[in-house]
Amino acid sequence: MRPIDPVEFAKAPTTGGSARVSEAVARALRARLGDTSAHAPARPRDPAPSRAAYRFNRLWLTPSFRFFMRRMAPVLAIAGCVGLWFVDTDNRMAFHDTVAEVKRDIQNRPEFMVKLMAIDGASGELSEDIREITSLDFPLSSFDLDLPGMLEQIEGLDAVAEAGLRVRAGGILQIDITERTPAVVWRGPHGLEMLDVDGHRVAALEHRVDRPDLPLIAGVGAERDVAEALAILKAAAPIMPRLRGLVRVGERRWNVVLDRDQVILLPEEKPLGAMAQVMALDQAKDILSRDVKAVDMRRPDRPTLQLTEAAQDEMRRLQGVELGVSFR
Amino acid sequence: MTDLYAAQRAMRNMRKAALQRGVVAILDVGTSKIACLVLRFDGDGFVGGEGVGALAGQSSFRVIGAATTRSRGVRFGEIDAMAETERAIRTAVQAAQKMAQTRVDHVIACFSGGHPRSYGLDGQVEVEQNIVSEQDVARVLAASEVPDYGPHREVLHAQPVNFALDHRSGLSDPRGQAGQNLAVDMHMLTVDGAVIQNLLYCIKRCDLEVAGVASGAYVSGISALVEDEQELGAACVDMGGGSTDVSIFMKKHMIYADSVRMGGDHVTSDIAMGLQIPAATAERIKTFYGGVVATGMDDREMIEVGGDSGDWERDRRTVSRSEVIGIIRPRVEEILEGVRDCLDAAGFEHLPSQQIVLTGGASQIPGLDTLAPKILGQQVRIGRPLRVQGLPQAATGAAFASAVGLCLFAANPQDEWWDFEIPTERYPARSLKRAMRWFKDNW
Repeated sequence: MRPIDPVEFAKAPTTGGSARVSEAVARALRARLGDTSAHAPARPRDPAPSRAAYRFNRLWLTPSFRFFMRRMAPVLAIAGCVGLWFVDTDNRMAFHDTVAEVKRDIQNRPEFMVKLMAIDGASGELSEDIREITSLDFPLSSFDLDLPGMLEQIEGLDAVAEAGLRVRAGGILQIDITERTPAVVWRGPHGLEMLDVDGHRVAALEHRVDRPDLPLIAGVGAERDVAEALAILKAAAPIMPRLRGLVRVGERRWNVVLDRDQVILLPEEKPLGAMAQVMALDQAKDILSRDVKAVDMRRPDRPTLQLTEAAQDEMRRLQGVELGVSFR
Repeated sequence: MTDLYAAQRAMRNMRKAALQRGVVAILDVGTSKIACLVLRFDGDGFVGGEGVGALAGQSSFRVIGAATTRSRGVRFGEIDAMAETERAIRTAVQAAQKMAQTRVDHVIACFSGGHPRSYGLDGQVEVEQNIVSEQDVARVLAASEVPDYGPHREVLHAQPVNFALDHRSGLSDPRGQAGQNLAVDMHMLTVDGAVIQNLLYCIKRCDLEVAGVASGAYVSGISALVEDEQELGAACVDMGGGSTDVSIFMKKHMIYADSVRMGGDHVTSDIAMGLQIPAATAERIKTFYGGVVATGMDDREMIEVGGDSGDWERDRRTVSRSEVIGIIRPRVEEILEGVRDCLDAAGFEHLPSQQIVLTGGASQIPGLDTLAPKILGQQVRIGRPLRVQGLPQAATGAAFASAVGLCLFAANPQDEWWDFEIPTERYPARSLKRAMRWFKDNW
């Protein structure tokens, strides 16, 4: 049985401190029973902070210290822990591996896979070329596609004027191509080549007869003035069936070569005017169908005709008849 | 005078630095309690408008922390057990800091012990250039004859009270006025040097910088006397725990201070001895049932005084309230007689106004307002300190008169002797000011 503790029967504290008396009695009884747990009367608690507590309290109330402890210290502690963990090479490798694996998993999700390539606006041959140079084996993650690099590659093709590259919904790599249209055939140092209006190479040509619809230009530097050549050809439309081609002479002016080895020498400046003049002469006097070897328009104010040998002889004979003499 | 008052000048600079920082602590080291207030000075605040005063300069600060703790190791307003006092100061400062949520480094302290002694000084000097300059003021202050106040005593306050120029007296600021003969009256208060040293050392041990020390009599007068009383002349009696301070104000300057080394603690010890009870019980009986005027009702009101003698059955003594009053009254009368002696010694009866204001913790005893006029004269009132912004309700009582007065003292301190310029003659021989003066004299 539990011994009776008189404290339980003590009166509630009243004015005059009677409770204290009963406490004293209780203490005496407990001491007699040998209960040593609470025999010493506790000294009244000292409310004064110790020197260290006081100093720490003041330190804690210092704004800069407070800011450091509350804002900087947690950050520093976390950074320190992470740094200590990373000091170990194995940990570092494991971390990098995990990151790489997660990255790969995400990139290879079906949402990001590109399954096929669609090429719009390119002829069959050109699309074959494009497929060849990009050389992608689908399916492929769209993160692995180097779109700018591919665009550069595709635009590097001669036949491509402009290209657009995008990954369409549904995992399709869409390539929009604007092809160059060949305007002339150029007989250059590497054989026959087709050029567009700007003189840019479109493709090589095996035989002239493959593209009889395109005019022929030749001579050094002809490819740099394709636009002018085209203008001259347009001016020469009336004699188009007879036209063989245009020759660039000395990288400065054009010769129009007709069949029967006829040549129209155009001046360096305003060749179109000179060409129109020749056309007018041809329409009025029909000179090009005559026995003329060359029409020299290099000085537009003084067109010069060069006759063939036979024509010269005939002319000389006719002059002799006129004068009544014979050269024979 | 150059190195004399160097400590006071250093304190002045410290106070300026504290006001610059904006937070300063007020420490009232009393015999029965230590009060600490934390003040925040934030700019000018409300400076008063049309017809509204600036609240005696107290609108510039706000009390943001207040704490009070039972004083330990202080007797008669003097530090008796330094380690105990230091702990009590630490308790008060830490609690006030906690309430203010800021750290305070500068402390302005006041105490009431140390046998304050007042001296009236006067000096007279010829004005140099017909118009009173700062230098003339400095010279006249230097010319006032310092009495031999004895060794081991220190000057606590030295305030110019009155300036007189030729036949005109009562000037508060003579600078720029024309005249020949400048005279000054000063009031100097000295206290025991060791008491100040002990207090400063105690505060320093708490990692605090002292930004000023004031006499308890002076600061309780600032807070308990209203402006008119300070202007027309009045005495403030701060009845504390261990000592009762008397200060006489005239024209807003303190002209006399003294202390009676008796207070509320003596009343408590009388009760404890008379009734044979512990001091804590005696204090409790004093505050609950105390008084100085007994009525018939008090004979029937019985107070239970347990003796804590361990004999619970027998020790059930009771006393009537009139018995308690019978113990309290002679001691209060004795204190008031002492105050009367102080006032007589100061020549208070010659002052135009005979107003006496009782304040301090012991002035709260019921019936004092009927007892005091019988001893001190008819114009007696019980004063409570001025209300300052942010002061908790618990700290607005009469016991906090000197703490509140110290707040006002910190907000706009009066110019003391050491706040004026130093006369150039007193500068060291190689000083630049001295060279300037030589040029002025010879050109």
